[in-house]
Amino acid sequence: MKNTYQANEKGYYGDFGGAYIPEMLYPNVEELRTTYLEIMNEPSFKEEFQQLLKDYVGRPSPLYFAKRLSEKHNTKIYLKREDLNHTGAHKVNNTIGQILVAKKLGKNRIIAETGAGQHGVATATVCALMGIECIVYMGEIDIKRQAPNVARMKMLGAEVRPAMSGSKTLKDATNEAIRDWINNPVDTHYIIGSAIGPHPYPDMVTRFQSVISEEIKWQLQEKEGRENPDYVVACIGGGSNAAGTYYHFLDNPDVGIIAVEAAGKGVHSGESAATSQLGKEGIIHGCKTLLMQTDDGQITEPYSISAGLDYPGVGPLHSHLYKTGRGEFFSVTDDDAMTAGLELAQLEGIIPAIETSHALAIFNDKKFAPDDVVVISLSGRGDKDLNTYIDYFKL
Amino acid sequence: MNRIHQKLEEDKKLLSIYFTAGYPSLHDTEKVIQDLEKNGVDMIEIGLPFSDPLADGPTIQDSSTAALKNGMTTKLLFEQLENIRESVTIPLIIMGYFNPMMQYGIEAFCAKCKEIGIDGLIIPDLPVAEYHEHYQETFEKYGLINVFLITPQTSEERIRFIDSVSNGFIYMVSSASVTGATSGFGNEQESYFERIANMNLKAPQIVGFGIKDAQTFQQSTKTAKGAIIGSAFIKHLTHNGVDSIEDFVKEIR
Repeated sequence: MKNTYQANEKGYYGDFGGAYIPEMLYPNVEELRTTYLEIMNEPSFKEEFQQLLKDYVGRPSPLYFAKRLSEKHNTKIYLKREDLNHTGAHKVNNTIGQILVAKKLGKNRIIAETGAGQHGVATATVCALMGIECIVYMGEIDIKRQAPNVARMKMLGAEVRPAMSGSKTLKDATNEAIRDWINNPVDTHYIIGSAIGPHPYPDMVTRFQSVISEEIKWQLQEKEGRENPDYVVACIGGGSNAAGTYYHFLDNPDVGIIAVEAAGKGVHSGESAATSQLGKEGIIHGCKTLLMQTDDGQITEPYSISAGLDYPGVGPLHSHLYKTGRGEFFSVTDDDAMTAGLELAQLEGIIPAIETSHALAIFNDKKFAPDDVVVISLSGRGDKDLNTYIDYFKL
Repeated sequence: MNRIHQKLEEDKKLLSIYFTAGYPSLHDTEKVIQDLEKNGVDMIEIGLPFSDPLADGPTIQDSSTAALKNGMTTKLLFEQLENIRESVTIPLIIMGYFNPMMQYGIEAFCAKCKEIGIDGLIIPDLPVAEYHEHYQETFEKYGLINVFLITPQTSEERIRFIDSVSNGFIYMVSSASVTGATSGFGNEQESYFERIANMNLKAPQIVGFGIKDAQTFQQSTKTAKGAIIGSAFIKHLTHNGVDSIEDFVKEIR
């Protein structure tokens, strides 16, 4: 049988996905599973979603030919400028979509998890837009590390609740959000920020983010006279920007798919977030996927200089891309990512998010032909990371 | 005959206690089980600790984190329980999340349970459909009873389906909450308990979540066959140590 990269009706991508949830979550997740496609296909939904992406988010985001970067690496590099979206990253594509779904389902309370705070800000933003109560769970340690984003969420009217359990970071914030949903089964919608979680979340988030690859196709047609690049490149934590960047190219084998994970201080240094290299099949946050864990099945804490890539799992679509060989996976260290971020700033006048800097470091590991068209998802802007850049480069 | 079936046939309301293996100290597991039986507890859920127990409230989370820090593992739990059937006759159930069991290997895990004399499993994040399709055969091959949860939000149709695949009892979650909620039971719970009782399910129901004392035990077992106490017992262990188990059980009935 031909490989397909779409989730089946049970939410499986090959061996990965599904919905491993406690019974307490079943009614909520089942309601979503049985309605999300229908809701997303309603003309009135599509119209409102498109309108908000255009007028509020500022889409389409430009597909920018990076001339000097291309010269440096002797290939044709296009940057998909998700950093120019409202709130500064791709995250808002998904939160706009999900807040509209939540409204259709009659929910009046939103919860979300956040690590670095980007998804929390994107969620707080759409909740303010719609006048809906918003509670964001964030690890106690991350709250201290990401004070500006905490302030942004508060300014947008959201309540930020510290996750104090376990390692007090993203995975624990996700646990807390899930517990909140168990405790509030009727009025609440949980906006998951990445292509993770129980089915239908990975597929729903991927579809909302797929606006990225949809635009790439027509934009590339305009610029190069062809819809399909030779390669699409994206960084992967949970994998929502990557899923959106790959989506319309998944079934076209002529388009190479490249995923860049965070190697931290080195894949085997003990301080890494390179899930495809270090992970084993298991269950995390309701989905079967590759995840970093001990031999005993306890989930371990990943490390990356980038707070958006240090998730111990990876979305089930990406586990499937890895296992089938459809995607080529690379791991980039903190040092190489930081250098690539600085290079983009100085060659193109764009300061990228450190997550994105990992994707930009691909040129150390892979050589492209001079006439290859390589599209890189510039998933976010670097304002939020300025302190990390300052400390690292002693600016 | 499985010990759980025997126990369910007894003409009494069953008191079942959950505790986290390897807590408060790594090697308390065996003593806690023995003392619970000695003091008249009917059934025990042995908690296999997990790093990310997403259906549990702070008490069980903290005891799990502490147990893991103490050095608890699946392999060690099986070692601790190796000779448990020499001293304990009541039903023993392992309750834990699916990932540690998957990593041990489902077939190997079930085989080990049978070898030791474990009677059943409760795995909150293994959904009934997934179990039915992929794991039921293995569990049954090793004589293990798998216990499913229902909640106040579970539809009647789904309760009927869960009843049809249940071969022991149904774990009736008292209210929409994680474990360890402490607000007591009101009218909402009573009408839910009654609604389930009137369904005449084939599997008896044992209530869990929010049971902490004699009053909540009596309320929840008015219609149900028994009740499970978890967080309240763990709190008791935390504050009074493992030598005070008798005091806790006497308070309940």
